Amino acid sequence: MHRMPGKTLYDKIWDAHVVDTQDGEAILYIDLHLIHEVTTPQAFAGLRANGRPVRRPDRTLAVADHNVPTEGQGLGVDAVADEEARLQLQTLGKNVAEYGIEFFPMGDIRNGIVHVVGPEQGRTQPGMTIVCGDSHTSTHGAFGALAHGIGTSEVEHVLATQTLRQKKAKNFRVRIEGQPAPGVGAKDFALAVIGEIGTAGGTGSVIEFAGSAIRDLSMEGRMTLCNLTIEGGAKAGLVAPDQKTFDYIMGRPAAPKGGAWEMALSHWKTFFTDEDAVFDREIVLDAAKIAPTVTWGTSPEDVVAVTGNVPSPDSFETPDKRASAARALEYMGLTAGQPITEAKVDVVFIGSCTNSRIEDLRAAAQIAQTAFLNGRLVAPHVRAMVVPGSGLVRAQAEDEGLDAIFKASGFEWREPGCSMCLAMNPDKLSDGQRCASTSNRNFEGRQGRGGRTHLMSPAMAAAAAIAGHIADVRDFL
Amino acid sequence: MDAFTRLDAKSAPLPLANIDTDQIIPKQFLKIIDRKGLAKGLFFDLRFDEDGKERPDFVLNQPAYKGAGVLIAGDNFGCGSSREHAPWALMDFGIRSVISTSFADIFYNNCFQNGLLPVVLKAEEVAQLMDEARGGNHVVSVDLETQTVTSPSGKVFHFQIDPQRKQKMLKGLDAIGETLIKVDSIDTYEMKRALAQPWLEGA
Repeated sequence: MHRMPGKTLYDKIWDAHVVDTQDGEAILYIDLHLIHEVTTPQAFAGLRANGRPVRRPDRTLAVADHNVPTEGQGLGVDAVADEEARLQLQTLGKNVAEYGIEFFPMGDIRNGIVHVVGPEQGRTQPGMTIVCGDSHTSTHGAFGALAHGIGTSEVEHVLATQTLRQKKAKNFRVRIEGQPAPGVGAKDFALAVIGEIGTAGGTGSVIEFAGSAIRDLSMEGRMTLCNLTIEGGAKAGLVAPDQKTFDYIMGRPAAPKGGAWEMALSHWKTFFTDEDAVFDREIVLDAAKIAPTVTWGTSPEDVVAVTGNVPSPDSFETPDKRASAARALEYMGLTAGQPITEAKVDVVFIGSCTNSRIEDLRAAAQIAQTAFLNGRLVAPHVRAMVVPGSGLVRAQAEDEGLDAIFKASGFEWREPGCSMCLAMNPDKLSDGQRCASTSNRNFEGRQGRGGRTHLMSPAMAAAAAIAGHIADVRDFL
Repeated sequence: MDAFTRLDAKSAPLPLANIDTDQIIPKQFLKIIDRKGLAKGLFFDLRFDEDGKERPDFVLNQPAYKGAGVLIAGDNFGCGSSREHAPWALMDFGIRSVISTSFADIFYNNCFQNGLLPVVLKAEEVAQLMDEARGGNHVVSVDLETQTVTSPSGKVFHFQIDPQRKQKMLKGLDAIGETLIKVDSIDTYEMKRALAQPWLEGA
């Protein structure tokens, strides 16, 4: 008898959600649809124009995150000075009321960045399919859920049908084995992987992260890693659920309770990759060889170890890449060959769906506190801001006294939202300013026109705030 | 969505890799609640200087490329943010097709929701089109039915495209209407799921 080969985690989630096929495409059921103000107004307008209802308002959750200012949120949308942004937020409020969708508005302690809120509420669960009109939806893959970003037309499709038309992607496994050095974590893993495969390296694939270094990561670390899979071009990132995953979910507001918990647990435990499953591609990294990593250019693949130098455009293979690298150096105001630690920073941003969870804030606060005890504060020329991922993260950090450490060291302690990650709200860089940022994209103009972004971990960003330039966190431990 | 069959139009070369959707349409244009009127924000920082004046060196500002309908770009076009405002802005500006060696997944997918045709060609073919677009005659022909791009000098390049996507684009079909034909299957799936995973009901 010929035996069927085993299935990957992705295969299993996929198979469990195929409703039907039509014209060679699968109609995939969506378990959870997260929505926010920026990518939904046109979708609701489309529903209205066609007289279509929202099929499962109970499987949909709305937050206000992209546009919101990071102060004065208690006033609700009145805190929003920008008229267009205010109208967009009001439009979301009207749409969710009309269609009966649960919404955490500005000022609600449960509100925050959509990819922080979903897991925090226990909405994100293993084996699910999750979509949102935001590319960093890949974050939820940390729970062993198939999660990815969609465009607004697809948002409308999911609202109307609770399904998405999809073709299956390839299976790609990234194994990270071994023990990382102190000061090295999930953000460094992610940047190292993107540096290895390139920003288009994952195109057409779902990446499953495996190996001992992944098992050792906390849920927050796994979220950071999966969040950044989109920057490697992948459709989604996945980590198989384990006891850490179940412990994280237990007791959260939307977690199954009582007898349903046991039922859910046995369902969730079926989501893992079989021993004999075959991947289309696999790479293995040694965690011990990964250094604290930062970006030097304007693409997330432009990475360098903090001990390294800015590369020369001549070192790239194709004319396109050489042109892009030369352009990036000019934009970033850097010179080929200079040590990256020479880059003096004006702004430090600790936040975003990549790194604004409690563990991220603890890591940054620990660096700040150690420096404080040695008599060092945020460098005088640096504006450093901390933007927690949600109202609940903010409250927990305050309970732990982290806000006091940040404030004493000279960091601003702000209210939750996407903030300076994409600078749709008033938090932005001005022309030529250099920023050490825990966010996910160093694109030209991403954090403000002419702004220069260096991506790094929360601990590295805190070290940069104190040093006043890009610095090796290992000197601050 | 708009149907796409065949397009004869000027092509504009944009020889940069990893052009992300933040560059295609920056964040300040994402606050709209409508799909229209995004042409003004297309490639905003590349097209305009700090004072809002056109940069004469940017390809789409040059008189020879006014009214271009095809963009020829470097690898991994459309990476980054999922914003569908990117294809909306390109189309509002008059671009109906983008030719590159590769596209980021979400952008590629968004194009097909809107009748903007993304064409993947080999590196040497894209380089050839890029060269010819820099010359005097920029008019290319993009034919979805025959899956070919004809360069200004008459060279013909064949491209691959998913057959279902091709058919939908040729006809300009509404994906939601198509899926709702299968509404009975969705009903059945949901009934089974409600029994197997009751904790997901009535959240």
